Amino acid sequence: MNGVGLIGILPIIVLAAASVVLMLMIAVKRDYQLAWRGALAGVVAALLSIPIAASVAPTTATDLMIVDGFALFFSALLLVTGAYVLIFSYRYFQVREGENEEFFLLILIALLGAVTMVYSNHFASFFVGLETLSVALFALIAYPVKQRRSLEAAFKYLVLSGVSSAFLLFGMALIYAETGTMAFAEMSLVLSPAGEHPYSLVGIIMILIALGFKLSLVPFHMWTPDIYQGAPAPVTAFVATVSKGAILAVWLRMFIAFGLNTSEALVTVMSLLAYFTIIVGNILALLQNNIKRMLAYSSIAHLGYILVIFCAGFSTDGELVSEAVMLYLVVYILTTLGSFGIVTALSPDNREAETLDDYTGLFWRHPLLAAQFTIMLLALAGIPLTAGFIAKFYVFMAGVQGDLWLLLWMVVIGSGFGLFYYLRIVKVMIKPRTGNRFDSNIKVSITRIEWIAQTLLTVIIIYLGVVPGGLIEMLGDIGRGIG
Amino acid sequence: MILLMLIMVLIIGGFLSWYAEQWGPMWPRKVALAALSFDALLVMVLLFSSDSVTIPQIPESTDWIAHIQITWLPRFGISMNLALDGLSLLLVTLTVFLGFVALSSAWTEITERVGFFHFNLLWTLAGVLGVFLAMDLFLFFVFWEIMIVPMYLLISIWGHEDRHYAAIKFFIFTQVSGLLMLLAIIALVFAARAESGVFSFNYFDLLNTNFGADTGYWLMLGFFIAFVVKLPAVPFHTWLPDAHTQAPTAGSVILAGILLKTGAYGLMRFVVPLFPDAVYEFAPIAMTIGVISIIYGAKLAFAQSDIKRLIAYSSISHMGFILVGVFALNGIAYQGAVMTMMAHGISSAALFMIAGSIQQRIHTRDMERMGGLWQDVPKLSALALFFSISALGMPGLGNFVGEFLVLIGSFQQNFLITTIAALGLILAPIYSLILVQKVFHGVRSEQHAISDFGCREILTMMAMVVILVCMGLYPQPLMDLARPAVDDGLFRVITFTGEQQ
Repeated sequence: MNGVGLIGILPIIVLAAASVVLMLMIAVKRDYQLAWRGALAGVVAALLSIPIAASVAPTTATDLMIVDGFALFFSALLLVTGAYVLIFSYRYFQVREGENEEFFLLILIALLGAVTMVYSNHFASFFVGLETLSVALFALIAYPVKQRRSLEAAFKYLVLSGVSSAFLLFGMALIYAETGTMAFAEMSLVLSPAGEHPYSLVGIIMILIALGFKLSLVPFHMWTPDIYQGAPAPVTAFVATVSKGAILAVWLRMFIAFGLNTSEALVTVMSLLAYFTIIVGNILALLQNNIKRMLAYSSIAHLGYILVIFCAGFSTDGELVSEAVMLYLVVYILTTLGSFGIVTALSPDNREAETLDDYTGLFWRHPLLAAQFTIMLLALAGIPLTAGFIAKFYVFMAGVQGDLWLLLWMVVIGSGFGLFYYLRIVKVMIKPRTGNRFDSNIKVSITRIEWIAQTLLTVIIIYLGVVPGGLIEMLGDIGRGIG
Repeated sequence: MILLMLIMVLIIGGFLSWYAEQWGPMWPRKVALAALSFDALLVMVLLFSSDSVTIPQIPESTDWIAHIQITWLPRFGISMNLALDGLSLLLVTLTVFLGFVALSSAWTEITERVGFFHFNLLWTLAGVLGVFLAMDLFLFFVFWEIMIVPMYLLISIWGHEDRHYAAIKFFIFTQVSGLLMLLAIIALVFAARAESGVFSFNYFDLLNTNFGADTGYWLMLGFFIAFVVKLPAVPFHTWLPDAHTQAPTAGSVILAGILLKTGAYGLMRFVVPLFPDAVYEFAPIAMTIGVISIIYGAKLAFAQSDIKRLIAYSSISHMGFILVGVFALNGIAYQGAVMTMMAHGISSAALFMIAGSIQQRIHTRDMERMGGLWQDVPKLSALALFFSISALGMPGLGNFVGEFLVLIGSFQQNFLITTIAALGLILAPIYSLILVQKVFHGVRSEQHAISDFGCREILTMMAMVVILVCMGLYPQPLMDLARPAVDDGLFRVITFTGEQQ
C-alpha cells in the first residue's frame, strides 16, 4: 500500500485512533461529559477527513479497500448518523444508572466496522467490518445490563449474528471454490454469465440470506421487533440506520460490481423476499401498540420497498437502480433517525416513551416536537413535500421500468396500510388530553443541541422533498462510479 | 407569475395566520381574509384580462390565459408548470369564492386553535388551486396529495364525534387511489419516453402519446379510479358520507364545494384528452357507474336521518350526473357537466353551511329532533328552502341548467342510460323536500332558544343566491369560458373515432 491509499482510508484511521484514545481516556479518568465530547470529536474528525480522502479518489488501498465516491458518500452518511446517535444518547444515558462512558466507545467501534464495510472491495474486509460492527452491537444492545429485555434482545442478536455469519462464510467459500477469487473487482469478469456458475449462484443466495437476517427481510425477521423494543432507544436508532445502511450499501456494491442483475434466479429469489417482506412487515406493523415495535415492522416494510428497486435491476439499466437504492437509503436513514430521536427525547428518566399513551396530546403540549414527529411520519408514509415521497417516487420509477406490476401493487397496498399505522400516531398526538394523567409521566427535558439536531433533520427532510435535484445528481454520479 | 402568486399568497397567508394567533383569536381570521381577498383580486385580473399566451408545444392554440414554467427536476423532465385556461379559471374562481364561504362559516364556529385551523384551511385551498393549475403530471400529483393532509387535520382536530375514523378513511381512500394514478402517470411517461427518448412529465408533451390499445386502457383506468374515488362514484363513495358528516362546517363546505370537483376536473383535463381511444371504449361502463351513483345516492339520501349525511349522499347523486355528462362524449353534455360542477359547488356549500349553522345552534344533526324551526329562524329557513330547491333542479337556477344539458346531450348517445338518469330528477325533490319538511315544518319536537342568521351569514348566503340565479338565467358566459377545454377534449375523441370508421 502506498501513501495515496493511506490518505484514502483516512476516515477509518481517524476512527480507529479515536477509539483507542477514548479507551485510554476512560481508563485514566471516568468523566461522562468528557467521554461524550471525545467520542463526538472523533466522529467529527473522521467526517472532516473525508474531503481529504476525496482528493485522492478514486483509488484503492491494497486489494481490500476501494476509495471511491460511493465509499466516501456512505462513510459520511454513516458518520453523520453516528454523530446524531451520540447527540441523542447524551441526556438519555446521563440520567440512567450505571457506568455509561463505554457506551460512546462502543458507538465509535461500531462506526469503525460500518465504515470499513462501505470501503470494502473484498470478502475479507467485508467480513471483518461486519463482525466489528456486530460485536460492538451485542454490547450496545445489552448496555442496560440490569434490564431483562435488553439482555434477551442482545442474546437473540448474538445467536442470530452467529447464524448469519455462518451463512455468509459458507456463501463466500462456495464462491471462492468456483472462481478462485475474493476480490469484488475480479468477480464480474469471472461470474458472467451468472447462469453458468451454479456454486457461485448458491453462494450468492447464501450471502443474501445472511444479509437478510441483518436487514430483517421476511422470513428472517423474527428478531427485529424484540431487539428494537429491548434495546435502549438510541441503540435501536443505531441498529436501524447505521447497521442496516452499511449492510445494504455493501449489498448494492456487490449487486452492481458482480453484475448480479443479469441473474434471473437471483432476481426471482429477491422478488419473493420483497413480496413477503412488504406484506408481513406492513400487516404486523398494523397490529402494534408499542411505538418501537411499530417502527421495527415499518422498517421491515421499507426494506421490502428497497428490494423492489433491486428486482427492477433485472430489466433496466443499473444506473437508475443504484441511484434509487441510494436515495431510498438516505431518506430511510434520515426519517428513521428522526423518529427514534423523538422517541428518545420524550423518554422520561426511568423508562422509554414507547406506548401510544405517551404521545397523547403531544400536539398541544409540545407543538414543535409533535410537528416534527408528524413530518417524520408523513415522510415515512411517502407524502409529497417530504423526502419520503421522492424515495417512493423512485421505487415506482424503477418498478415501472422493470415491469414489476405485481410488486408495485404490493407497494401501493402496503403504503395504504402504512398510512394507517403512521396516522394512528398522529391521531393520538392531536387528541386533546383528558385529565392530568400524563403530566407526571412525560416531562420533556430535551437539551438544546438535541433541539438543533432534530430541527436540522426535519429541515433536511423537507428540503430534500422540495428540491431533491442536487442530491439526485450527486447520487447519479456516484452510482456511475461503482460499476 | 400571477399563477404562482395565487398559490403562494395562500401558503404564506397560512403561516402568517398561524403566527398571528398570539395576538388574539381575531387575527388569524383577519389574516386569512386578507390572503383570500388578495387572491380574489388576482382572480379578477385574470377574469378581465383578454390576453392569451402561447404554449410552446401547441403554438396555434389561443386558449391559454396564463402560463409559467420553472425547471424543477431536470433529471426526469419535471418542472413547475402552471397554466390556466377557461376551465381552470372557472374552478379557480369557485375555489376562491368558496374559500370566503368557508371562512365565513368558521368565523364563530371555531374557537379553539384558531391559528392552526386557518393555516390548514388556507393550505387546503392552496393545494386545490395547485391541482387546477398544474400542467406537469408530477406537480399535479404533488398538489393532489398536498390538499389531503391539511384536510385530514381539519377533520381530525375540529370535527365531530367520529372524526378520527372519518379522517383516516378519507386520507387512505384518496392516498391509495392516488398512488394508482402515480403508477399510471409514470407508466405514461415511460411510454412517451419510448417514443421521444427523453423523460418529460409535461402535460403538453404527453398529449398525443401513442401506445398500444391495452396499455392505454390500463393507464386510463389508473387515472379514472383516482378521480372517481374523489368524485366520488359508487362503489368508491363510502368515505364521503363519513368525512362530510364529521368535518367542521368549513371542512364540509370545502369538501363538497371544491374537493369533489377536483375529481371531475381530473376526468376532463387528463382522462379524456390523454386517452381518447380508451375513453371511447370505456364510455358505456363509466356512464353506467354514473347512473348507478345517481339512483343509489338519491335512494340513500332519502333514507338518512342525519342532515349532513343526507346532503352528502345527495352529492353522490349529483356527481353521478357529472360522470354521465363527461363520458357521453358530446359537447352539450360535457358543458352540462361543467355547469353542474359550478352549480353544485355553490348549492352544496350553502346547504352544508346551513346544516352547520343548525348544528351550532341546537347541537344535533338528527332531523328527528328538529322540526318547526321556521318559526324560530325564518331567514335561515327561507334560505335553506331556496338552496334545497336549487339542488333539486328547479328551472331558472344553476343546477337545472347543468343537469338538463347533461340529459339532453347524453340522450343522443345512450337512450337507456339517460332515461334512468332522468329518474334522478324525480328522486331529488323527494329527498330535498323531506329535508325541508322534517327540519323546518311540522311540530316543534323540542324547544330551542336560538338566534337567526346574522349579518355576516346573510351576506354570504345572498352572494350565493345571486350567483345561482345568474347561472340559471344567463349561463352563456360560463359556457364560453369552458368551451375551449371542452372542444379540445372532445375533438381528440372525435378525431379518434373518425379514424376508426
